[in-house]
Amino acid sequence: MSDLLIDAQGLRKEFGPKVAVSDLTLSVQRGEVFGFLGPNGAGKTTSIKMLLSLTAPTAGTAFLLGQPLGHIASRAKVGYLPEHFRFHEWLRADEFLDLHGRLYGMDQRARIEAIARLLKLVGLEERAATKLGAFSKGMLQRIGLAQALLNDPELVFLDEPTSGLDPVGRRLVRDIITELRGRGTAVFLNSHLLSEVEKTCDRVAFIRGGRILQIASLSEFEAEAIQVIVRVDRPTPELLAGLALFGRDVKSGPSDGRILLTMSDPALLPAVARHIIDNGYALYELSPERLSLEDRFLQVVGEVSDE
Amino acid sequence: MSILIISRLTIREAQRRRLLLVALIMGILFLTVFGVGFHYIRRDMLLFPPGEQQENFIYGFLLTAGLYATNLLVTIVAVLISVTTLSGEVESHIIDAIVTKPIHRWEVVLGKWLAFALMVLVYLLLLTVGLMLIVYWQSGFRFENIAYGLVMMTLGALLVLSLSIAGGTRLSTLANGVLSFMLFAVAFLGGLVEQIGGFIRNEAAVNIGIVTSLILPADALWKKALSAFQPRSFSSPMMAGPFAATTEPSTLMIVYSVVYLVALVLFAMWSFTRRDL
Repeated sequence: MSDLLIDAQGLRKEFGPKVAVSDLTLSVQRGEVFGFLGPNGAGKTTSIKMLLSLTAPTAGTAFLLGQPLGHIASRAKVGYLPEHFRFHEWLRADEFLDLHGRLYGMDQRARIEAIARLLKLVGLEERAATKLGAFSKGMLQRIGLAQALLNDPELVFLDEPTSGLDPVGRRLVRDIITELRGRGTAVFLNSHLLSEVEKTCDRVAFIRGGRILQIASLSEFEAEAIQVIVRVDRPTPELLAGLALFGRDVKSGPSDGRILLTMSDPALLPAVARHIIDNGYALYELSPERLSLEDRFLQVVGEVSDE
Repeated sequence: MSILIISRLTIREAQRRRLLLVALIMGILFLTVFGVGFHYIRRDMLLFPPGEQQENFIYGFLLTAGLYATNLLVTIVAVLISVTTLSGEVESHIIDAIVTKPIHRWEVVLGKWLAFALMVLVYLLLLTVGLMLIVYWQSGFRFENIAYGLVMMTLGALLVLSLSIAGGTRLSTLANGVLSFMLFAVAFLGGLVEQIGGFIRNEAAVNIGIVTSLILPADALWKKALSAFQPRSFSSPMMAGPFAATTEPSTLMIVYSVVYLVALVLFAMWSFTRRDL
């Protein structure tokens, strides 16, 4: 089987005249943690729902585990933690996992083994006999995660897995994701908690308005994400144009002669200094700063967000 | 296999939510009220025995009234227990983690349908057989063609159940409840109009009844059950109304009802498979 666990080509979803997702084209490899980032209403959940066949795409094709969307048998190796983690609240935690184990087609021995292991993994082994109705939001999130991992999936979709969790719980989810990657499981992580994504993901996609704006690996982001503050006596349009040769997104600062410049290669910094001085400007400041994923996110997606 | 997992889950939910317990208690209460009432009416009547034929007529009348209430009750219960099962789980997103498992969506629909059909069947049998036994033990009176009549009543209840499940694949819980009850009411009213029409020989009124029976044959099946239960001597104009079968639906109506039932279930399976969640 191919190592491409998700291979989506031009998935599109329209709800009447409204386009929720205009073109979802992406691929996720075995053992890769893929972050899917975007503001609320960007089409993240609709994208996940199309990949999981909860919603039929208007156009486009996609393959999950090498099988076309909607293939039933391949779902045995796909785990899903929905964003709205409402489950049958009248079931006990162990009954709930047993139900989902049955739905995965696991035999009794496999279920008993997996339930004990996963309850321990998510720290709920003491709560096996508690009804889900008595669970806190964070505990539901944990049991939902256990549910998604029951059948040793090759691909796991986690839709906002840390939204209800305290810092300890977030750490737990992060550790579990890291362990999954170590075992070769691919994780499709939908989140708006950027620091979480930064700590766990190999690659991220930025989505906005139903369109993927950029897909890049985190190491690429780190390499290219240097923001340089340049302060000179009198910034001119010629100087800004000249600086654009060294990087991107050249902007004149709000006042006091500062210029902002995004660069990818720190080795070019001395050349920037030379360029400024050789053209007769007085250089007061030249300070490079690494951009966080959040800065990049805001740059790519734009600062307008309805969150 | 997956169908049975869903059926078991559905029955367990009814049990955990105390639906089964409450239904059982209320069913016993219903039978007790009927039994006590029947006892006293019979005792008073036997102070001046009106003759065997008249006695049987009154027993039959009381039993018909009990069965009529049962038919209405089971129909309402069938809608109430199933009206929220799909739409509610879609609205709460409980269904999302279920249908992303290696299971067809139609299996979810069929599994739920089977579980509710079993509950409706057991409840219907509990109440109808309970009523008949109460009457038989106290008076020795019994209806005819009991099995056949019960099959007709069951078919009617399953029709309404299937309607509510089919509606739940597309409609919100409230809209679905209104749809199911209103269609049942229309069929009931149409049945009444047809009966009066039959009595006064008004063809238009009869046709209205036939059309509403085609829209939902639940009331026609109740009439079919009645005409099976009641001895021929009961066809008295005094008993016009929902308690009598002055116009017995044709056998074709039974065939139509079975086809209708199967079509509703198939539609529900198809509709839920195609729906965006």
